[in-house]
Amino acid sequence: MRCASIPAVLVVAAAACGAPQPPAAVPSGEAAEAAINKEGPRYGLGRSADAARVAALDIDVGADGRGLPAGRGSVADGEKLYQAQCGNCHGAQGQGMAPVYPALIGREPREGFPFGTDPKLVRTVGNYWSHATTLVDYVRRAMPLTAPGSLTDDQVYAVSAYILAANEIIPKDAVLDSAGVMAIQMPAKDRFVPDDRRGGPEVK
Amino acid sequence: MTDLSRRDLLAGAAALVGGAVLAGLPESVEGQAAKAAAAPRPVAPPDPTKLQGGPTSAVGSRSPYVTPARTPTGETVGNSLTPLQELSGTITPSDVHFERHHAGVPSIDPLRHELVIHGLVERPMVFTMEDLQRLPPVTRTYFIECSGNGRASYRDPKPDLTPQKAGGLTGNTEWTGVTLAQLFREVGVKPEAEWFLAEGGDACVMTRSVPVAKGWEDALLVYGQNGEPLRPEQGYPLRLLLPGYEGNMSVKWLRRIELGTAPWMTRWETSKYTDPLPNGTARAWSFAMDAMSIITAPATPRKLSGKGWWPISGLAWSGRGKVTRVEVSTDGGKRWQDAELVAPVLSKAHTRFTHMWEWNGTEAVLLSRATDETGYVQPTRTALLEVRGKGTDFHFNHVRGWRVAPDGQISFYGET
Repeated sequence: MRCASIPAVLVVAAAACGAPQPPAAVPSGEAAEAAINKEGPRYGLGRSADAARVAALDIDVGADGRGLPAGRGSVADGEKLYQAQCGNCHGAQGQGMAPVYPALIGREPREGFPFGTDPKLVRTVGNYWSHATTLVDYVRRAMPLTAPGSLTDDQVYAVSAYILAANEIIPKDAVLDSAGVMAIQMPAKDRFVPDDRRGGPEVK
Repeated sequence: MTDLSRRDLLAGAAALVGGAVLAGLPESVEGQAAKAAAAPRPVAPPDPTKLQGGPTSAVGSRSPYVTPARTPTGETVGNSLTPLQELSGTITPSDVHFERHHAGVPSIDPLRHELVIHGLVERPMVFTMEDLQRLPPVTRTYFIECSGNGRASYRDPKPDLTPQKAGGLTGNTEWTGVTLAQLFREVGVKPEAEWFLAEGGDACVMTRSVPVAKGWEDALLVYGQNGEPLRPEQGYPLRLLLPGYEGNMSVKWLRRIELGTAPWMTRWETSKYTDPLPNGTARAWSFAMDAMSIITAPATPRKLSGKGWWPISGLAWSGRGKVTRVEVSTDGGKRWQDAELVAPVLSKAHTRFTHMWEWNGTEAVLLSRATDETGYVQPTRTALLEVRGKGTDFHFNHVRGWRVAPDGQISFYGET
């Protein structure tokens, strides 16, 4: 099911997705501007996008799992792939190489979520990422650095499985597929809150 | 032949007395000269009216005495900062506009570049660059600021920070393009669409989710930057431009827009560009850039040559509309005076402020503080630390400035 996290409508649905609620509607002046812009001419330029063209580009994986590819991969296969293709930048232990290549593995600190107070804490997939779908999407579209987007879908699942297992989020003998990804509850999933800054005198 | 005349000019002058020919230059560039001590200063003839100057040229270049430069890191995943202290007015010259790339600058042939719009639309469509440039063009001036701007001045304010290092992840540009609202009308965005995904054509295929309301309101698809096509590092041939929102969302090298009902939770709106807070949460979708200002002169690495009148000059902006007021303090924030805002003051754009200051030769601390049309006043670092914590990672718009020592030396002052 697609999560209907629409402003001021379905707080419950948004929470069920582990997603923070999106920002409230734009202020009235800007809403007025938007309303004017909805009325206007159409010039008919451009051409129809055929389904094949869209399908070739549409590689995104949503928070609701839409777009998760078919395929599967094991933690064991993922570890081999990781050490061969990822470890050079992200480190053999997933510790990263600051400041360019982020750490991926690490659950500390296990208590609380004290990133706001301690700038030394390293944010990883295990301690900070809110959705497992984000990991699959990014590995698939952008990794590895030297050959972006080159992994097969099975390899994407395998590498994702390894990173998740190394973060103690799935078992070390797991085989990951789309259903497995959707079953994952990320440790940081409930830590995110919507932006409450709105201008005006209060500093937030 | 172009080279010849310049070589002649420089060679001819080199035979002369060297430093003496520079006597006419203001002393206030002394710091700059010291910084560039490694490279010999170009030498101009003692009297330029006594020999012919250089010929016309295909593409102009700066005076050899003017060498603004970004701060490249040498990595494809990296940034370089705008040299704010070298600039005047409000427009950022295109070749020194800050950069932030997450997978380098791609090479894109504009004849092959197309924008696909699909998802919750009546008519999924493909647009060539020519199609986009045949739609009604608009030209508007907006800043783009990376939400990581000012991190060093917030976490670790050190005396050697310059305006560039303390706030140089911002730039202000006259953009030309087409409104996203026009494209939304072309494809017929369905009423149930609440969010869209913008995707870039770089090697990380950058994606961000944006509220559809912003698209209808003031978002642009831009292909022009300060009177010419976009620079490659600013997204050539096409970028999204979301006025007032954190820079990462103005996706460069834009190739696809998908309309949907919910945010996608991409890497760039979850693991990055979220703001950890002291209460054990992290703020997501913190799009708008709050009001900010920075004095760009006098500032490190310059030195004041003597007491007397000096203009305090800087930039102020807000992602929520127009800057309505900039105050300046010369005593570290005890007393504030209104600076002059240089017209025109544009919404979601850099505004230049100036204030004439008579320096009496004693230690001074120069600060600036912006107010925007929502009534928001730029906070001190202390105030921001209290609500955000030292570990927060984006949106560092605190008051900062410069300490002027009795000998005219200037250093960064961040403990506001």
